[in-house]
Formats: sequence, C-alpha cells, structure tokens
Amino acid sequence: MRNPLSDVVIDIKPSGIRKFFDIVSEMKDAISLGVGEPDFDTPWHIREEGIYSLERGRTFYTSNAGLKELKQEICNYLDRRFNLKYDYNKEVLVTVGGSEAIDAALRAMVNPGDEVLIPQPSYVSYLPCVQLTYGKPVIIELKEENDFKLTPQELLDNITDKTKILILPFPNNPTGAILEREILEELAKICVEKDIFVISDEIYSELSYNGRHVSIAEIDGMKERTIVINGFSKSYAMTGWRLGYACGPENIISQMTKIHQFAIMCAPTTSQYAAVEALRNGDADVEAMCQAYNQRRRFLMNAFKEMGLDCFEPFGAFYVFPSIKKFGLTSDEFANKLLQEEKIAVVPGTAFGDCGEGFLRISYAYSLENLKTALERIERFIKRLENDK
Amino acid sequence: MFEINEIRKAILAVIEKNSRIDLKELSVLLGTSEIEVANTIADMEKENIICGYHTMINWENTTEEKVTAMIEVMVTPQRGIGFDKIAERIYNFSEVQSVYLMSGGFDFMVILEEKTMKSVSQFISEKLSPIEAIRGTATHFVLKKYKEHGTVLNEQKTDERMLVTP
Repeated sequence: MRNPLSDVVIDIKPSGIRKFFDIVSEMKDAISLGVGEPDFDTPWHIREEGIYSLERGRTFYTSNAGLKELKQEICNYLDRRFNLKYDYNKEVLVTVGGSEAIDAALRAMVNPGDEVLIPQPSYVSYLPCVQLTYGKPVIIELKEENDFKLTPQELLDNITDKTKILILPFPNNPTGAILEREILEELAKICVEKDIFVISDEIYSELSYNGRHVSIAEIDGMKERTIVINGFSKSYAMTGWRLGYACGPENIISQMTKIHQFAIMCAPTTSQYAAVEALRNGDADVEAMCQAYNQRRRFLMNAFKEMGLDCFEPFGAFYVFPSIKKFGLTSDEFANKLLQEEKIAVVPGTAFGDCGEGFLRISYAYSLENLKTALERIERFIKRLENDK
Repeated sequence: MFEINEIRKAILAVIEKNSRIDLKELSVLLGTSEIEVANTIADMEKENIICGYHTMINWENTTEEKVTAMIEVMVTPQRGIGFDKIAERIYNFSEVQSVYLMSGGFDFMVILEEKTMKSVSQFISEKLSPIEAIRGTATHFVLKKYKEHGTVLNEQKTDERMLVTP
C-alpha cells in the first residue's frame, strides 16, 4: 500500500502543549495554571440570546460571510473601540474562532515559497498554518530585554525579497507583551516601504492594561495591507462558542470567504446570534472581567517579586512569562519537576517556540484563591531549588 | 494614579465582595499604596459610605429556625410628619432588618427576620399596625432564598476547562 499521508502534514510537529497535557491529565488533583481560556462563564444575557435563538428555531445556515446584523455590529464595535472603519458587506468575514481566520488569511495570501515572518514566542498555530500553504515560515525570536516586543530592527533584519507577510500577535500569548502606538508606527513605516502585508491577531485586544489597545490597521497606510483578526473567545469568555472574525481589504476578504465557504460553509448560527448580543450589550462585562484580570496580574507580579522570580511586567492578555534561567533547569525540566513535586501545572515556554526556553507561561485566568494556593507551592518549590544548588 | 473617585470606586468594588481582604493585598490588587487604601477606607467610614462589614449567612444550611417576612406597608403621612418620621418609628424596632421607601402601590417595604411565623404576626399586630399613620399591611413570607447580595447560595462551582490549553 502507498503511504496515505501528505509529506507536508508529516513534517508538522505536534503541539508541545499536547505532550504536556497528557502528562498533566495523569496527575490527580493537580492545580493548573496552564489554561489559555477565561475562567469566567459567558455572561448570562449572551447565553440567553443563544438559547432564545434556538427556541425561535434559528437552526439554519447563515450566509457564508456571517449574519448581516453581526457583521454590522462588528463594524460598529471596531469603529467605537479602535477607530477602524470597515464596510460590513465587503470587508468582514465571520469565522469559526480566530484560528480559522488565521488559517484562511494565510491560505488566501501565501504562494509557495513566500516568506511569512512569525515572531516567537507566540501562539502555536501560525507556523503549521504557514507550512500547509507551502509558504516558508521565518521565525523572529523576540527577546526578554525588549519586553518581548517586536523591534523595528528585528523586523528589518528578517526581511528578504521573498517576504510577503508579517504576523503580528499582540497582545501576546504566551508573554503578555503589547505593542504601543509609537513602535507600531515604526513597524508600519517598514511594512509600507517594503510592501509587506500584516496579519494582526488581536484576539486579546480587550485585555490591555496600560491604556487601550492600538491596532496596526489604525496607522496611516496600513488598513489596506492588514487583515485584523479578532473574536469573542477572550473578551467575552466565549471560547467554546467558536466564533471569530477577520476584517480587511475587499480583495483579500473575498478570497478568504471563498475558502471559508468551501471548507466551513458558515460559522455556527447559535453563536452568531449570541455574539450580536455580546457586541450590543456586553461592554460592561468586558470591563469588569478586564479589571479582575488586571488585579490578578498585579497580584502575581507582586508575589513573583517577593519570592525572587524574575519577570518583566506584561500589560496584555492573561499570561505572565517569568524567567527560570537562574535555576539551571530547562523549561521542560522545571515544569515537570514542579508538576511532580508540587502538583502545579504551568506550560513550558518552549511550547511557543525555541526562544521560549528558560521561561514559563503562567495563566491568571483563575480565581485569586486558586492563584494564592498555587503561588505558595511555587514559592516553596523555588526555595527548595535554591537550597539544593 | 487614580482620581480620588476612581480609587474609592475600586476599593468599594473589591470589599463589597470580600470585606475580609487585608489592606496590603488590597493595595497590591489596585496598584496603589497601603497608606492610601487605609486612609481612603477611613474617610469612607467617617462619611458613612462604608456602613459596616457584615457576614452573609445562609441560615438555611444550619439547624437554626429563621423566617424572613417582607411587609408592604401603606401609610398616611400627616401634617408635619413626613415619610422619614414614620420610617424612623418602624426601623427603630430591633427586629426590623431593612426599611425602604417605595414607589408604586405601597409606601414602605419592611423586612423582618424572626424565629417563627408567630413572632412575625405578633410584631405586625402589636407593634407595626398600632402606629397611627399606618393604613394597612400585606405580609409575604420568603420560602426559599436563591441569591443574595449578588451571590448565588448553595452554588457549587467546578472548573470545567481542560487542564492545559494553548
């Protein structure tokens, strides 16, 4: 029998998170700080709208690009929050989570051999999605000394005449880093000059703790070369509803819609109705959750300082990314040992790229009580490591 | 960092949910100094913005007998004696938990907590109804409490999330 599998799929490495998940699942009563989704329930008025849509029998396909009301509300929202103006009819595609939007954008834009710049540490799906398009992923290793921001110099250093796309994952999972307007303006200038398109993954845009999030599409000359990706998972605690969207120039969105139409048909109808309610009446929920995350973030930063765990101050998402270099263990070793000895699960930084070596991703999508217990154990653990040295 | 009103708002939001939080932790959560938190709380106590630090007890989970009654009270305010005076005559009884002036079909909502229904009815007939300004009452007994002070009683929260996700 012939090999049934595709070479390109075989070449894709399985997610490092998966490996760790299997180990954690074996461990009973482990406390996890390894989750990449909100601990809050979807606000009730949003859930109720989903239920109501089912009661009314709204159980059919929607149009491929999404419900008209939802696309309109997405445009209102982006305008209200980020001064981004899109035509709901031509420049918006509702997708199955932000993940599908990333995949569709890459598939719509990459020709075999095109280089796609991927700053790391970052979310696990960019690299394999580029591989599936036969594009060439080019990793930019972000540095702790820059607070894991993408610097203009790092961007310039990695551009060749084959570079077509820059993926911009900020606020960042796993580091919590954000990019301020000043730095975005410099990056934008380079993109315009070198004719590079940007896929800006802004799924954590509402979880920004140092003034509002700035989208690179807001900057002059960028809207026409940027696909903005966002969604409902993080801001409205709607991960399981699987709903995201992409906005951008009509010529790209229409091709993405073609892919979406053939691969997916349309995003889940129930979720779309719930999302309309989220955008119309959910601002207060977003603010309340954001405040809770921010308090936990401060709590963690303070606790790390007191126990002597080095960590740059992140201003976005719900992750902190402390350095464990001084303990002489790799991220994998540290995470495994912490799990075995104290039953605390954190994700090794290497799950998000090789340059995550020496770091851990700790999520604060947990109640303060949970975080307190976990931190006591982490403190005890690192004291022991220091004494053993 | 905060406008004065902002820090007050932030402190109240936290301690309304958890009045036992210590000052140091509260100052960490809000990103301000312990002294500022302590002073702001002291000011708000003086200004009667913070009126106490009570504990929410679900008596239904004890063997203690408790009856909660909500009494709609209709009154006729008299010359020189407004609603406030009548309310005072009601709320001074120690068995009265809460008194609110209401819009709509009646004037006061009086909430009583007693050991038995009999003692509620005694209170109404012997203490409340004899007040001259009171025209009539309608009493409702609470059968079950589901949620109080923003907290769902008897709720068991479990984390349904997978342990590790990207």
